[in-house]
Amino acid sequence: MIRVQLPFHLRTLARVDGEVTLEVSGPVTQRTVLDALEAKFPMLRGTIRDHDTKKRRPLLRFYACSEDLSHEDMDAPLPEPVASGAEPYLIVGAIAGG
Amino acid sequence: MSSVRVLVGTKKGAFILTSDGKRDKWNVSGPFFAGWEIYHFKGSPVDPNRLYVSQSSGWFGQIIQRSDDAGKTWHQPGTAPGEPTTTPEGFPKGESNKFTYDTSPESGKPLTTHQWYDGTQHPWEFKRVWHIEPSLNDPDTVYAGVEDAALFRSTDGGKNWKELPGLRGHKTGSKWAPGAGGMGVHTVILDPVKTNRIFVAISSAGVFRSDDNGKTWKPANRGLKSNYMPDPNAEVGYCVHRIAQHRAKPDTLYMQLHWNIMRTDDAGENWRKVSGNLPTDFGFPIEVHAHEPETVYVVPIKSDSEHFVPEGKLRVYRSRTGGNEWEPLTKGLPQENCYVNILRDAMSVDTLDKCGVYFGTSGGQVYVSPDSGDTWQAIVHDLPPVLSVEAQTLK
Repeated sequence: MIRVQLPFHLRTLARVDGEVTLEVSGPVTQRTVLDALEAKFPMLRGTIRDHDTKKRRPLLRFYACSEDLSHEDMDAPLPEPVASGAEPYLIVGAIAGG
Repeated sequence: MSSVRVLVGTKKGAFILTSDGKRDKWNVSGPFFAGWEIYHFKGSPVDPNRLYVSQSSGWFGQIIQRSDDAGKTWHQPGTAPGEPTTTPEGFPKGESNKFTYDTSPESGKPLTTHQWYDGTQHPWEFKRVWHIEPSLNDPDTVYAGVEDAALFRSTDGGKNWKELPGLRGHKTGSKWAPGAGGMGVHTVILDPVKTNRIFVAISSAGVFRSDDNGKTWKPANRGLKSNYMPDPNAEVGYCVHRIAQHRAKPDTLYMQLHWNIMRTDDAGENWRKVSGNLPTDFGFPIEVHAHEPETVYVVPIKSDSEHFVPEGKLRVYRSRTGGNEWEPLTKGLPQENCYVNILRDAMSVDTLDKCGVYFGTSGGQVYVSPDSGDTWQAIVHDLPPVLSVEAQTLK
């Protein structure tokens, strides 16, 4: 079981409170986690990654285990604590706008 | 008894204001989609309980929301009413809306670049939906004017959107450039008589007209003048702020150009200036009385460098002569220390016998005049900055 924390507005869109949990079959990478997230919550398609290119939206960041993974290989395995569910995968909205 | 529903889009959510036909006591509901920018919020003319909302955010992109019960419940198209709203696992179903520019070879030669602020070419990039225009005869057909400038159409109630690429693919497309607020299709007018005719207006390209239901387009800017343009007779490149049409006289359109109020009587073939005695002819909204095709409303703004009303006075100007002769309407509006702006989609009229006029301000006020502009009152004072106002008349 993978735990994912969404920013406030995406929790509202997905109509969930708190963390989201996902089942990911096969390797646990950022790509497979986001694929599973969008499969379970189709209304989030396009809000985190571009519909077509799957590129991360500019004002979002991905974190896990106190590391910024935003620029890491999307197909690299996520840290074991994320894969085991001990730690959440964080989707964070930039604090921007002043 | 007739009643009125006013749909308000703001920088931080949507609101619905309702009243009976007297329009003196109002109920306010919302915010819906709190915290999101609501560029436009409009109902279907054939099914007034069908409402469409353009909800966007710099963080999370574009969402289209739809209600089929006048705003009591909402869904992102893809979860149809009556169908299960959850997946088998018990989670909500639906999908964000996808606006992808047409690059198929069948649609001709869609452009990949337009002019950027510095004169170089820049790739077309979808940013948001500026304007939603529901069909005049089918609640499931709806148009979306978007930034970067293009027109999309959905025929399934907003679930799937397809670009009408003939507009962006017009041979002048590479010359279109953004205005200060971006490059968007901000006005979409579906002609009520010539049903294959569509007008759109783009900042900063100008007006385009299609006579074949959006397949092909021609510029309709002859007569427009803009200072500092190298070619004063250019086919495109005009910062049109809005155009408005009266249903009973559809070949007559009025325009708030960047500067200048303009009028055409031949469906955009030729425009002429009708600014007349206005104190300034810079502004954004322009609207036509519901029953009088020659009665027009504008809200002059001091200048393109000072986006607020002149002299600290909020004045709507009305012409009953189709332009040129304008009278200030001030009764009930602040006449000192007022420095608000009124955006292009933030003015609307109802169709009650005594036509109501509505507008919203950058200061969060929404005003109503139940008597065609003679007197005004604030329905609300303290909403977030208002981006759009649309009035629905309910029988």
